Amino acid sequence: MTAPIQIKSGETFTLNVGPQHPATHGVLRVKMDMDGEYIVNAETVIGYIHRMHEKMGELKTYPQFLMNLSRMDYLGALGYSHGHVLLVEKAAGIEVPERAEYIRAITVELNRIASHLFWFGAFVMDLGGFSPLMYALQDREYILDMLEGITGSRLTYCYYRFGGLYNDVDDTFLAAARRFIPRMRKSLKKYHKLVTGNIIFRKRLEGIAPLTQEICRKYGATSAVARGSGINFDVRKNEPYSVYPEFDFDIPVYHECDSLARYNVRMEEMEQSLRIIEQGLDKLPDGPVMPEKKPRIKIPPGDYYQAVETARGSFGIRLVSDGGKNPYRLKLRSPTYSNMHLFDESCRGMLIMDALAFMGSLDLVIPEIDR
Amino acid sequence: MIREKILQELQGLFPQAAEPAKTPPPSDVASEAETEKKKPKKEEPRANGVIERDYKVHGYHIDAQVSVDQLLGAVNILDKLEFFIESITGVDWIKEDQLEVIYDFSRYDFDLCRVVIRTRVPRKDPSVPTITEIYAGANWHERETHDFFGIKFEGHPHLIPLLLPEDADFHPLLKDYKA
Repeated sequence: MTAPIQIKSGETFTLNVGPQHPATHGVLRVKMDMDGEYIVNAETVIGYIHRMHEKMGELKTYPQFLMNLSRMDYLGALGYSHGHVLLVEKAAGIEVPERAEYIRAITVELNRIASHLFWFGAFVMDLGGFSPLMYALQDREYILDMLEGITGSRLTYCYYRFGGLYNDVDDTFLAAARRFIPRMRKSLKKYHKLVTGNIIFRKRLEGIAPLTQEICRKYGATSAVARGSGINFDVRKNEPYSVYPEFDFDIPVYHECDSLARYNVRMEEMEQSLRIIEQGLDKLPDGPVMPEKKPRIKIPPGDYYQAVETARGSFGIRLVSDGGKNPYRLKLRSPTYSNMHLFDESCRGMLIMDALAFMGSLDLVIPEIDR
Repeated sequence: MIREKILQELQGLFPQAAEPAKTPPPSDVASEAETEKKKPKKEEPRANGVIERDYKVHGYHIDAQVSVDQLLGAVNILDKLEFFIESITGVDWIKEDQLEVIYDFSRYDFDLCRVVIRTRVPRKDPSVPTITEIYAGANWHERETHDFFGIKFEGHPHLIPLLLPEDADFHPLLKDYKA
C-alpha cells in the first residue's frame, strides 16, 4: 500500500454488493464500477428498511415514542433511548434522581461493550476468522442476560422513562456486573492475543483506507471513524451530559487514520467503558429511580437539540415543539449515516476486499442508517 | 473563544439589519417559559438575524436565521472556521405557508460551539442552493430532506430519492400529507 494505484481507462463492469450480502451486515447495497479487482466508482444505495421513525415521532405522544429509539440501532439501543429521554427532560425541565442517572450510565456502557463485542466478532469474520465471533458472542451473552434481568428484554430495550427508570436494579444485577468486569478484562487480553497481533489480520488493515481529518469533517464522521483519524472527539467529553463528568476515563485516539486504527480505538473503548462501569458501581448512590410525583411532560414551544455518544458515534436528536402533546417535528441524526456516506468517496481505487474490510471498520448497523 | 468570533462573522451578514437582529435575543430563555404561559397564541415568525441561545435549555449556542441568498455565505464562514456538518433537516410550518431548512454544525475541538443555520422558503416553490460544494457530506442529508419535504436543492449533483422508494413522488413529512 505504498505506491498509489493507477486505474487505467478501459472496460469497467458494474458489481452489485448487496442488498443481501453478508459483508454489508444488513440490507445495504453498494453499486460498484469495477476495473478488475479495483473500484473505480461506488454508489451506496440505502433505504431498504426505511421505516419513517420521524413521522412516527410526530404522530405519537412523547411516551409512546420511547420504544421506537431502540428499534433504530438494535446493537446499542440504550444509547439512543438515553439521548431521547435527556432531550425531553431538558426541554420539559424534569429533574432526574441521581441514582437513575448513574444506572443509565452503567447500562449504556454495558450496552456499548455488547455492541463493540458484536462488531469485533463480525469484523474479524469479515476478514475470514470465524472463531473470535464465538468468543465475543459468549461475552456479549453475559451482558444481555444482565440487561434482560432489569429491563425485561434482550435487544430492544425500553428501560428509560422521562424522569428516571422503569425499575431499579437488583442485587443480582449488581453482583453480575461486578463479576463481569474482571472476566471482560481477561477476555480483552485474550482477544488481543488471538486477533490483534495476527499477521494476516494486520496486513489486511494496516495502511488500508486512510481517512484524512478533512474528509471526516466534511462528512461529519464521529465515533471511532473520527478518533482513528486523530480527532479527539467524544460527546461524553466534548459536551458532557448525564453523570459522565463524574467519571475518570480516557478517549482513545489513534493517528494512523487506517482501518487498524479504527479497530484499536474500539478495542480500547471497551476497556474505558469497563472503567466507567466500575466507578459507577462504586459511586452508585441510594435513593429513588423516579421522581416522587409523576412528571408532567409539557414542552414549551421551541427548538431543542441533544447529542449523546452512542456506540456508533454522535447521535443527535432535535425536537421542535409547538406546545402540544406530540412533537411538532422530531429529527434523528444517526451517526452511521454520516460515517457510511464517506465510503463512496474513500473507496475509489481500492481493492474490493480492502473496501469490504473498510466497510467493516465503519461498524454499520443498517436500521440505524435507514431509520 | 470561537463563539464570539462566529457570532461576529455571522452578524456581518446583516450589515444594516444589525439593529433588528439584536432585539430578539433579550430574555430568550429565562422568560420564554413564563411568557409562553401568558400568551399561548402563536407569535410572529422571527426576523432574520443571529441569536445567542441558552445552551442548557436548547442544546446549541448560536441560532442564525438567514435568507436564502445569505445561506452559502453563512456556510462558508462555518467551513472556514472548521466546523463539521452534523445534519440537515426541514420543518413544515404550514400555518405560515413556509418550509424551514435547518443546518446543524458543531466542532471537533473542545471549544464547544453548536451553530444552527436556518432559512425559510415559501411552501409553493421550496428551493435553496445546495451546499455540497462546500460540504461534500451534505449530499445525503439534502437528498433526505428532498425526500421528506420536497425541498429542491439547486445544483445538487444527484437529487434522487434516497430513503424513499426510487419512484416516490410524495413527501411524507409535509403536514398535509395523507397516507
